[in-house]
Amino acid sequence: MEMANFMELQLSADDAAFRDEVGDFIAENLAPELKRKVEMGHELSKEDTVRWHKTLLKQGWAAPNWPEAFGGPGWSTMQKHIFDGELAAGSTPQPMPFGLSMIGPLIIKFGSDEQKKRYLPRILSGEDWWCQGYSESGAGSDLASLQTKAIRDGDHYIVNGSKTWTTLAQYANMMFCLVRTSSEGKRQAGITFLLIDMTVPGITVKPIQTMDGGREINEVFFDDVLVPVENMIGEENKGWTYAKVLLGFERTGIAAIGRSKKLLLRVREIAASEPMGESTLNDDPDFRLKIAEVEVELLALESVVLKVLAAEGAGKEIGPEASLLKIKATEIQQSISELLFEAVGNYAHPYVPEALEDGWNEDPIGPEYAASLAPQYFNWRKRSIYGGTNEIQKNIIAKMVLGL
Amino acid sequence: MDFALTEEQRLLRESVDRFIDSDYSFDQRRDWAASAGGFSSRNWATFAELGWLALPIPEDHGGLGGSLSDTVILSRAFGRGLVVEPYLSTVIVGAGLVAAAGTKAQRNDILPKVAQGDMKLAFAHSERQSRYDLFDVATEARADGDGFTLTGQKAVAFNADTADRLIVSARVSGDRRDRTGIGLFLVDPKADGVTLRAYPTQDGGRAAEVALNGVSVGADAVLSSVEDGLAAIELVVDHALIALSAEAVGAMEALNRQTVEFLGTRKQFGVPIGSFQILQHTAVDMFMEQELTTSLMERAAACASGAPASRAKVAAAAKVRAGRAGKLVGQRAVHLHGGMGMTDELPVGHYFKRLAMIDVTFGTADHHLKRLAAMD
Repeated sequence: MEMANFMELQLSADDAAFRDEVGDFIAENLAPELKRKVEMGHELSKEDTVRWHKTLLKQGWAAPNWPEAFGGPGWSTMQKHIFDGELAAGSTPQPMPFGLSMIGPLIIKFGSDEQKKRYLPRILSGEDWWCQGYSESGAGSDLASLQTKAIRDGDHYIVNGSKTWTTLAQYANMMFCLVRTSSEGKRQAGITFLLIDMTVPGITVKPIQTMDGGREINEVFFDDVLVPVENMIGEENKGWTYAKVLLGFERTGIAAIGRSKKLLLRVREIAASEPMGESTLNDDPDFRLKIAEVEVELLALESVVLKVLAAEGAGKEIGPEASLLKIKATEIQQSISELLFEAVGNYAHPYVPEALEDGWNEDPIGPEYAASLAPQYFNWRKRSIYGGTNEIQKNIIAKMVLGL
Repeated sequence: MDFALTEEQRLLRESVDRFIDSDYSFDQRRDWAASAGGFSSRNWATFAELGWLALPIPEDHGGLGGSLSDTVILSRAFGRGLVVEPYLSTVIVGAGLVAAAGTKAQRNDILPKVAQGDMKLAFAHSERQSRYDLFDVATEARADGDGFTLTGQKAVAFNADTADRLIVSARVSGDRRDRTGIGLFLVDPKADGVTLRAYPTQDGGRAAEVALNGVSVGADAVLSSVEDGLAAIELVVDHALIALSAEAVGAMEALNRQTVEFLGTRKQFGVPIGSFQILQHTAVDMFMEQELTTSLMERAAACASGAPASRAKVAAAAKVRAGRAGKLVGQRAVHLHGGMGMTDELPVGHYFKRLAMIDVTFGTADHHLKRLAAMD
């Protein structure tokens, strides 16, 4: 059975034409060196990501999840899914994080007219890079225990405290942030949602090195940072409600079906290049069995996503079922990262972080594709932790879906 | 089977545990791993002084004649300390090959030096196409006068960059995947035609690609009967599999202790997270993996001097278990530590990486399971 057929969507003629249109656009407009960096798992600079964003922007495709009134393309949910799949299949950089998929939709839903006018065009243009200020060293799974304080002083809040695990804060000029504005009543009832300009005085970003050698996460410290009251989303002390809605925006996007499909193809490509006995790893029935196991899970997950998309298309909101997508998707991604790690055999050992950076001109050690695979396996352990650990997601399903 | 330690073994364990606890801190280890050769020469001298380098070397060659059950006491503690010194490469594999296959002259020359800490060895064996098949050797050894000329590429030779001698496997006769016709050769890494490209490994160690471009070696560089290197390779790699399993046990012990401690102290929702049953059961699974692997590893070490067929089975079984257990314990330890587990700062991630790399050293759990399934 050919993998391509096995995993391929059965599309209507219109959707198939749309898929081809997107595929052709990517083939014609994605710079080869950028595509190569994505394929080889090299580090992407901020410029790389913004450059691709601007390419999509010119085509009117930069914000697929936004309403047309704010610059979205007006696609059906199925078209959005197809679009994500084609981006992944074409090895494009990931969309700019946090702005397009998270704070943008939240501002559209809860923001003031002023906030919409001010922030949405800048997200769309790629001018603003957002980061997410949720977790704190003492507030992880128990997010509502967060302590970063905002005290109202006339037209401003004065913010003090710190956030941690802040992804790509080093690129960000804006942060959406949960702060404590009251210690009374339920902890969730004293949290306010602020939009913070990262360029104002009093903010320090300190990188945290991860075990794979990466530096994508940070601590962010606030020392008497002045935030105008007009940068509050909605009402004071209602921030928890918005934060929960925002998590729902991740929805089907978090499943990242297309990226996993592409990576499974990559596993096969690499297996076919890995010598084993008289043949290659791709002819090893045991390795193929392991790939097939993940394929089945991915096919099942995609089927759930398609159902959710259909329901969304009919105007229904997805609820706590999103937790199922998060758990299963991250399990699948982690399994794939293990397969890739194991596929390269002895060449998982060399640790050559320079090989993943721009300007490295030496010959690879072993096959070129090997350099990123062990670090990726290590790094992707974060996926069952971030965005609410998989245990927290199970608590949500137990309570909200099963009523336990 | 007697799992109880002898008095000598108990003293050995106390001595190595004391060294790891007081002289091998995580921060120091980080500095040593980042230094030029990737380890501390002072530590190596200490290993020699304490008799650890002499431990498995035969008594008539300046060693202590210890068994593998003795050696794994060290390996286990080295796993707990994430020790970067080239003990496996030099003592277990390198000296093991010389002891098993070396001529009398080679044994008399090399083994006392290893025991005293004056010579380090590395095994340049794997090749790009061999994956984990020990008999798959394409590097050529052509007869040349009394000696041989070696030509080929060796992949991921651990600690080759600090070794005084490489032990290189090369094909004297037959086809690439024949079990016979593999020779073992002592090669000076500084000899003409030898090029090393060294690099750090994912788990803080060192390795090198070794290019052999018409390297001339004399008759005195040939180990054993020249066409029968595989038996010695299989013996020594079986020992290495058990030693690696012991290192995995040590790493799991450290991880489980740190994880249980974290579960007891990290508070969320107003209580230690260790009070949540789902996390308790995860910790129990990790503990069970450690216990099962420990006992199997000790049993394998005790059987390591048996006939090749039974030795191969227990060694493979231990490595399968260590690989599987190490993956479960490593992944869950990181997960249970949350974001902190992902950092370079905490030891947790380093143990996880070491366990991941142990699995892919000398063959994964899958590889050895397949071998086991094919054995009679």
